[in-house]
Amino acid sequence: MKTRCLQLLALTLVAALTFAVRARAQVQTPPPAPRPSATTATGNAENGKKLFTSVGCYQCHGREAQGSTATGPRLGPRPIAFAALSKYVRAPTGQMPPYTSKVISDAELADIYAFLQARPQPPALESIQLLK
Amino acid sequence: MAKNPSVDRRDFLKSAAVTGAAALIGGTGAAGNAAAQQTGPAGSGTAPTLPREADPSGDVDVLTTDRPGGDFMVDVIKTLNIEYVAANPGSSFRGIHECIVNYGGNKAPEFITCCHEESSVALAHGYYKIEGKPMAVLCHGTVGLQHASMGIYNAYCDRVPVYILAGNTIDATMRRPGVEWDHSVQDAAAMVRDYTKWDDLPASLPHFAESAVRAYKIAMTPPMMPVLVVIDGGLQEDPISAEVKGRLRIPRLTLTSPPQGDSAAVAEAARLLASAENPVIVADRAARTAAGLKLLIELAETLQAPVVDQGGRMNFPSRHPLNHTDGGRALIANADVVLGLELTDFWGTVDAFRDSLVRSSRPITKPGTKLISITAGDLFVKGNYQDFQRYPEVDLAIAADAEATLPALIDAVKRQVNADRRRVLQERGGKLADAHHKALDRSRADAAYAWDASPISTARLSAELWAQIKNEDWSLVSEMGSVSRWPMRLWTFDKYYQFIGGSGGAGVGYGAPASVGAALANKKYGRLSVSIQNDGDFMYAPGVWWTAAHHQIPLLAVMHNNRAYHQEVMHLQRMAGRHNRGITRASIGTTIESPNIDYAKVAQGLGVHAEGPISDPKDLGPAIKRAVEIVKRGEPALVDVITQPR
Repeated sequence: MKTRCLQLLALTLVAALTFAVRARAQVQTPPPAPRPSATTATGNAENGKKLFTSVGCYQCHGREAQGSTATGPRLGPRPIAFAALSKYVRAPTGQMPPYTSKVISDAELADIYAFLQARPQPPALESIQLLK
Repeated sequence: MAKNPSVDRRDFLKSAAVTGAAALIGGTGAAGNAAAQQTGPAGSGTAPTLPREADPSGDVDVLTTDRPGGDFMVDVIKTLNIEYVAANPGSSFRGIHECIVNYGGNKAPEFITCCHEESSVALAHGYYKIEGKPMAVLCHGTVGLQHASMGIYNAYCDRVPVYILAGNTIDATMRRPGVEWDHSVQDAAAMVRDYTKWDDLPASLPHFAESAVRAYKIAMTPPMMPVLVVIDGGLQEDPISAEVKGRLRIPRLTLTSPPQGDSAAVAEAARLLASAENPVIVADRAARTAAGLKLLIELAETLQAPVVDQGGRMNFPSRHPLNHTDGGRALIANADVVLGLELTDFWGTVDAFRDSLVRSSRPITKPGTKLISITAGDLFVKGNYQDFQRYPEVDLAIAADAEATLPALIDAVKRQVNADRRRVLQERGGKLADAHHKALDRSRADAAYAWDASPISTARLSAELWAQIKNEDWSLVSEMGSVSRWPMRLWTFDKYYQFIGGSGGAGVGYGAPASVGAALANKKYGRLSVSIQNDGDFMYAPGVWWTAAHHQIPLLAVMHNNRAYHQEVMHLQRMAGRHNRGITRASIGTTIESPNIDYAKVAQGLGVHAEGPISDPKDLGPAIKRAVEIVKRGEPALVDVITQPR
């Protein structure tokens, strides 16, 4: 058990995804900026959209995968490499719950990945009067 | 009840008849006499205290009195300069209720009608956050306190004084059969004693006066907390006897000076901070007043040190270049000295905790980092409820009020900083200012994602609201964690009253009544009170919106309607993931759908102007603008917005 604790302790050092555990606002390390895909997966974005909602990804990452400083980082429109995403989803090192292949198949994960890739780019900042 | 061993309440009233009702002289009668009550006994009313044997006929009832004990209680309360008393009416305090509205003229305190005692307390909680002094709450000592208990717990955790008066009927032989027995209790305060600072059960009116003043003083001494005085029904309703009248006086209130840190410890803190290469100031409930905010700015600028504002109070301006709340965790990880000011959770500030199948934790600070704590929380701790959090291993623990200690700390730091050191600090400040501006740019860029999405993003909601209020004298009277702190990231907060912090105990149901209470306090200053209202919170006690309408409390509420108890959805997801059972059913018991609640209709039914639900972001700005106009007329208004989860 002690070894496992130490392993988990070490894993938390590289935690990237966050999960709010308290109602009150906590100061969080900003999530890492998404990197361009190094590996792509062929998936069905439409089905990925449904899965993104039904399996609850949107609860922490937003319905458009835009992320939140309180709960989970932005995932799209330029997600991290599929292999890295898949690895993290199966065995997250932060506060995110694990999603095993029993819960989400590789094919479903590929669909979610396609949905993330299909997210539209945000409008140019200069075009948004309210954010100037 | 006023006690004379040989005279019970009924016999006393009969005996009073012997000498005639004329002997029951009215008091000075009036609401406007508060100043006079400061230094002397209230009123001149009197009543004879004849033994029961003196009742010759037994057939003459005294049916009235011009000077009940409740009048004196009102005199006492007036000396405390309490503006409002919030209550859902209850028979155990009917005596003082009547005295407040008639004898007291329903002014200072003015009766605020609430639909639930939890709302009464949370309303007083929010009021304090703006006004800086307690509001009174009246409730039954039994069912009222039971309803109020969660609100009291929130205020206790948030170190907020609430002045609670609870009715009770002590003398069993005087209780009306039936409900009055259900509403009587031996020790009313027992239920909330674990999360109130002090309580008493006065046995006489002179005792009430002393306890009432003492309670106020205790509540207002840091760490501030709710207090409770149980008021017997007989004391409220019975005439003031001649014997008691001679002993009536109202003690003078002298508030305690907040405790300042030990001078040697403060000097050591200053030495550590001034010589540190990467000091970080973390503030939670540091600024009790507007002066606290200014002092924190002065300390940060003297040190050119970043401030991480945990948001328990309005501690630090959002646009100050030394505000590094976003990214604060990384700064703490790199710090050589961390100064914690009134932190709820110092351990959680400097440690990471993983809520996984095997729970684990680790320090995030570097080895050797010096931790300095200044908190009045070290001066008063109770054992049962565990809001004191995990034990922090700090290097310097100063048991004192942070705001009161800041002037001495600033002076001590200034003495440590010579011209050479000041140049080094200015250089550090320049780098921090650059980082602050980059963080602001990042926030704006982040806000653009999902800008046109429906449901509406919380960034868009915050930006649309800001556009409508930024030129007003506004005050955000809600917390903002559930909308990812977007207001603090996008708006300019630079005044103390522009933010009221959180609930303290994270008891849901605080938000709506606290915002109404804060708006009540803002009303006389002409400020535009705005809240971002969570849907789950709204439904705990929506009757408070009727209170806002009834008392014409101007408040703009913009609903963050994500149709879920979102925090709990995520917890269920976590459990389902951990148990490897799939996450598709995590919505059961955690969402507020089927049917969707029409909050605008609910609010309209309670007399509040309301619009929505709004799901198209293009419609949001105009709706808020219309609502602002209503609020500027002195009424509450609500805009229901269908939103993203966070």
